[in-house]
Amino acid sequence: MQGLRSFLARQVVTAVPYLWLLVFFLAPFLIVLKISLSETAIAMPPYTPVFEGLKDLLEKAKQLSFDNYLWLTEDALYIKAYLSSLRIALVSTLITLIVGYPLAYAMARAPDGLRPVLLMAVILPFWTSFLIRVYAWIGILKPEGLLNQALIGLGLISEPLQIINTDWAVYIGIVYSYLPFMVLPLYASLERLDLRLIEAAMDLGATPLKAFWRITVPLSVPGIVAGSLLVFIPAVGEFVIPDLLGGSDTLMIGRTLWVEFFYNRDWPVASAVAILLLILLVVPIVIFQKMQEKAAR
Amino acid sequence: MAKTLGPVRRSFQPWNDPSEPAYIELRDVTKRFGDFTAVDRQSLVIYEREFFALLGPSGCGKTTLLRMLAGFEEPSEGEMLLQGRPLTGVPPHKRPVNMMFQSYALFPHMSVADNIAFGLKQEGMAKADIAQRVAQMLRLVKLEPFAGRKPAQLSGGQQQRVALARALAKRPKVLLLDEPLGALDKKLREETQFELADLQESLGLTFVIVTHDQEEAMTMADRIAVMDHGRIIQVATPAEIYEAPATRYIADFVGDVNIFEGQAERLEEGKLRIATTAGFAVETVVNGPSLPANGDTVWFAVRPEKMVISHDRPAGASSGPAPNMVEGEVWDIGYLGDVSIYNVKLACGDIVRATRLNAAREVERPITWDDRVWLSWRPDSGVLLAG
Ligand SMILES: Nc1ncnc2c1ncn2[C@@H]1O[C@H](COP(=O)(O)OP(=O)(O)O)[C@@H](O)[C@H]1O
Ligand SMILES: [Mg+2]
Repeated sequence: MQGLRSFLARQVVTAVPYLWLLVFFLAPFLIVLKISLSETAIAMPPYTPVFEGLKDLLEKAKQLSFDNYLWLTEDALYIKAYLSSLRIALVSTLITLIVGYPLAYAMARAPDGLRPVLLMAVILPFWTSFLIRVYAWIGILKPEGLLNQALIGLGLISEPLQIINTDWAVYIGIVYSYLPFMVLPLYASLERLDLRLIEAAMDLGATPLKAFWRITVPLSVPGIVAGSLLVFIPAVGEFVIPDLLGGSDTLMIGRTLWVEFFYNRDWPVASAVAILLLILLVVPIVIFQKMQEKAAR
Repeated sequence: MAKTLGPVRRSFQPWNDPSEPAYIELRDVTKRFGDFTAVDRQSLVIYEREFFALLGPSGCGKTTLLRMLAGFEEPSEGEMLLQGRPLTGVPPHKRPVNMMFQSYALFPHMSVADNIAFGLKQEGMAKADIAQRVAQMLRLVKLEPFAGRKPAQLSGGQQQRVALARALAKRPKVLLLDEPLGALDKKLREETQFELADLQESLGLTFVIVTHDQEEAMTMADRIAVMDHGRIIQVATPAEIYEAPATRYIADFVGDVNIFEGQAERLEEGKLRIATTAGFAVETVVNGPSLPANGDTVWFAVRPEKMVISHDRPAGASSGPAPNMVEGEVWDIGYLGDVSIYNVKLACGDIVRATRLNAAREVERPITWDDRVWLSWRPDSGVLLAG
């Protein structure tokens, strides 16, 4: 009896996260998938449902339309938007890593008493709305903004730099917004690192720099991977930052999605874009995880 | 020289040879962490090919001393020399010294072979030579089948041997070992003690080992420095440390001991009589200049195995108070198989410990609980202690 009850309790506990995923991920995903396989209609909702119940499932299955996906391959705009998104996300992730690693390293090596303060400082920006912080960057980066004024004031440049409405502004926006997601996992893995390993490496003749490359970096790979994924994945689908800071030629899939949904009201194509984006992100992650598992063994 | 205290490697006593140059030398070395003095103005000489042990309780500054030799800490004051050359300012990666860390500090992301090869790669050794040296080290520590494993897949004893192989691979002039056997179980520790000592002798290296285990230090070392609170109290061979400890602290820290306090009274030519507070008298021979004056408070130590325990009053003066013997009652017995330990309660309430070898399987009149027994010792069995 006792055993049965604890067994049931365990089942319930493990079921919770699955239930969560089912309700908030799988169900919406299936709905979007369904829409992506239907045809556009000027109606409310602006699509024709493919099947209503199980009884005409087979019959309706014939009607499933892959046209939307074909359409995505035919119009170069979508492919360009995908590639451009991946490029922008990749470059931003790399810059975030380059900026975040020294930060996390310095935090992990800071005196014990100082660490909670530094940790707080990293999290602090979250207390202000994301949107407001991105808007603030417009004020900083625009031609007559703070940055250009400062550079001209220092005599470094004579003409204002055109940063806003370029990819650079998007990089700056993404790096700034997602830096904490990079720093926190990096900090966690660097802080755990046994300093005696570094001493052992130096004892065996490694210069401090060599010890860093051969010991610190490899042992912080889990942090690098976690941080990079946490930055890369949302950056690929980012909409607000390219919309507010990017130029008209900054092509990102999040924006394309928005245009399809709300401007063209083409829900099926927009859904197809979303599904492809998901596949594009999930497949590399799964491959990467498999590689990690193999390396760990 | 008439008598020696215990065994020594007969051909190896560089510390008795005034012409032997120092290999490692510490001159008035002090290390402070803030206000705390971890090592307090200590000087020390270690000779080439010596197996030298730093022995002391936890927190006495042994690791700090070792870390200064490795270069992880710089002395706050004083100087350290290796083969006459100052080590001050030489960073760890440039010192011809390797360290085996207390918890091994093996690189978890590298295989056993890569761990061993790490130091050789830093030297820029040719690939083929590295492979050869790694194979040789693996053979030395008997880990050939485990070359491809990660440290986490090894037992504690195997990890210890990887750490040893890694530290030895570069053929350092000096190997520093910080509690190298601390994480092993008793049986493995004892085996490894002898292996380490053999290895040190056959490779002809200088070993400096840190331990809080007196048995470990005694088994392996040529000489031992006993430390307490950042100071080296005595540097001597294991036998000298045991048989002629310099202070009560050392007598107590190294092995079991009975210590009696008393008033000194000088007798003829180097003989001393001590009236102990426990109510019996000690007569002993003292040589050297440090003969105490009449009426001085002194301490006298006798090891339990040098106490003779018997039912009958030992021969000597047949009646009246005789020196170097005392009567008591058996309070407790510990049977350890090879020896038995007898705790004997004296009239004054003090407990004195004696051990006896269980040489015979059967004894006619075994000493047992509550028996009245005599404890006695020879005049040269005990040692007079300074403070
Ligand atoms: N980096 C340090 N900062 C402050 N105190 C230290 C440091 N390293 C060691 N100590 C102190 O120095 C004393 C000696 O330490 P240690 O040499 O590790 O002792 P042992 O190895 O003999 O156990 C200890 O009291 C320890 O707390
Ligand atoms: Mg220690």
